[in-house]
Amino acid sequence: MRIAAGILAIALGATLAFAAVSSKRWEHVPPRDHAQANPLAGQPEATAAGALVYKEHCQQCHKANAQGDGRKRPSLRSERLRAASDGDIEWFLRQGDLSHGMPSWSSLPPAQRWQVVAYLKSIQ
Amino acid sequence: MLFRLFRKALAHRIALALCLPFLIPTVGRAQEKPYFVTYSHDLEEPGNLEIETKTALARPAGGDHYGATAMELEYGTRAWWTTELYLDGQTTPQDSTLFTGFRVENRLRPLMREHAINPVLYIEYENTSGADKTILEVTGHDGQAGLAESNGQSRREHQHEAELKLILSSNLKAWNISENFISEKDLSHAPWEFGYAVGVARPLRSAASSRECTFCAEKFIAGVEGYGGLGDTFSLTMRDTSHYLAPLIGWQLPKGVRLSFSPGFGLTETSLARVYRVGLAYEFEQFGNWFQGTKGGRE
Repeated sequence: MRIAAGILAIALGATLAFAAVSSKRWEHVPPRDHAQANPLAGQPEATAAGALVYKEHCQQCHKANAQGDGRKRPSLRSERLRAASDGDIEWFLRQGDLSHGMPSWSSLPPAQRWQVVAYLKSIQ
Repeated sequence: MLFRLFRKALAHRIALALCLPFLIPTVGRAQEKPYFVTYSHDLEEPGNLEIETKTALARPAGGDHYGATAMELEYGTRAWWTTELYLDGQTTPQDSTLFTGFRVENRLRPLMREHAINPVLYIEYENTSGADKTILEVTGHDGQAGLAESNGQSRREHQHEAELKLILSSNLKAWNISENFISEKDLSHAPWEFGYAVGVARPLRSAASSRECTFCAEKFIAGVEGYGGLGDTFSLTMRDTSHYLAPLIGWQLPKGVRLSFSPGFGLTETSLARVYRVGLAYEFEQFGNWFQGTKGGRE
């Protein structure tokens, strides 16, 4: 009985710890990247171009409405995205999260990544 | 007569295969460099399947014109792991057309973060005949003499090879710079052979247009690659090795089709004087989901 309670406590603790780490994703972003402002912010053409880049590369997983599939592909209309700075999102696009299925988009030119950031911010 | 009918039927099938990507209504698109020999650290998106044909057209000194095609099936197993199957064939108009073998390869990214230089490990098993002339890499003392043999003669030679590559690649601003170090070993009693490939590429414009377009500058990627042999463990010297310099251009067409072209120029006497390469690629998005009862990403 004690062993079962111990295992349950460890599992619960690990789940809570994982949840805490997940919600603090942006804490991993280096301060320099975090502070970067989108050089294309406020430009409607950049948002429109970002929507096309999103359609080309992101929509296949995150869906046309950016709501994800409710399972492995997360929604991009979320509190986490609203809380992120432009620099956080650009950093994450560049890095990806390979171990969780998100490819690195460093192959996109920086201008296109900032266009995607402008689009993602516009749909929050 | 029968032979002509067979060739006509074969030509129709090839034409159908080339047109197939244009007939399938999906919006899949690839974002890849137009390299033919060099690999960058860009892997296939997880769940996507890309089908690409890479054709090499050349004429070795003392031999006939030939065309060799490698059909590449590239699948994103994970975001850090890509698996590929190559099916190779070759045709020499004055000689014959034949299937020349297959290759299976895996590319793995050991580091989960993006760095200034990103390593990728490449492991390949190759089962081909001596008639394989796709020149997907140049190693050891490979040269045009081996490409000038008749198909009847060269097909008798069987190659069971293992190949390891260390791919180092960087994305700097809109540029990609990639270096590949190749080592190849015939699984029989043959020496290790070495080679290299380096490439640089960038889109003609880095920002995307705000309207859908086909001929916009950002749809074109230009670059150059160089590749060649570095000898083998029996003769670790640059003597009698082949080296090529090849400008590249890639064009991202609508509906996920990508065209690429590269004229390559031999730099040594051992090299082919010229080799022209044409690539045609098509990407099926979230192919893995087709077998899971969902059509994720195809809405």
